[in-house]
Amino acid sequence: MTAIDMVLLGALVLSAMATVMTARLLRAVIALAVTSVFVALLMFRLNANIAAVFELSVCAGLIPAIFITSIGLTQRLTPEALAVRRKERLRTVWYLPLIVIVAGIALSRVHIPLETAAALAPAPAGDVRSVLWALRHTDLLGQIVVLLGGVFGVAVLIMEVRHEQ
Amino acid sequence: MSNDLGHLFTIFAIGAALTFVVGFYSLVTTKNLLRALIGVEILAKATTLLIIVAGYVSGQIALAQALAITLIVVEVAVIVVAVGVVLCIYRHNKSLDATFFTNLKG
Repeated sequence: MTAIDMVLLGALVLSAMATVMTARLLRAVIALAVTSVFVALLMFRLNANIAAVFELSVCAGLIPAIFITSIGLTQRLTPEALAVRRKERLRTVWYLPLIVIVAGIALSRVHIPLETAAALAPAPAGDVRSVLWALRHTDLLGQIVVLLGGVFGVAVLIMEVRHEQ
Repeated sequence: MSNDLGHLFTIFAIGAALTFVVGFYSLVTTKNLLRALIGVEILAKATTLLIIVAGYVSGQIALAQALAITLIVVEVAVIVVAVGVVLCIYRHNKSLDATFFTNLKG
């Protein structure tokens, strides 16, 4: 555990808070992408290189692109409506930093029984590729089913829109 | 388990838990559907980080990475379908405010 990890964790929490607190959706999405970058950096620090690359390419690249595209398809707020939204947002989120600080203090006092967890853990496995293909191949099947389900869902939605038009 | 690893796990678990709190707060307080999805994303990020740090501490980083990759794939599928649904709702109602959607009431 080094100072870099602490700084990255602090930056992660701060960027997540910025995502929630900002009034404009576009800025929230950009802050979400920055949050993903910090998660990926922490994964690199924990030697989880492949998961970090996935996080960086998918969560910091693809998902913000999907969000920005969908925001582009919605109507832009007028300056008056944006001012009202900002006031409402400020009224809703002003005590979020307080909640985070209180939760941080409370969590730092909780004792996690790690010895039990370590005793329950199985013997160390090898490479992530061998784990994914040999040990967790059912997960791959599940991933394929989920992706096909996603594609099917989007196709149904598109067909519904065309049908309405 | 050495003290260093235990300390590392505690610090990372607190960071992930705080991120989870932020995401949960976003999910509870917002009425905007896209913001709710962003809250779900933050929750998923906190969970992914916790899985990775648990794998690192227990010496199962390969297994943790496999689980994290599965979680990321599921997350993408959920977000893509949910964004599609939100856009359909927007086309029907011209609003993303969840308080206006009462059409599903019995």
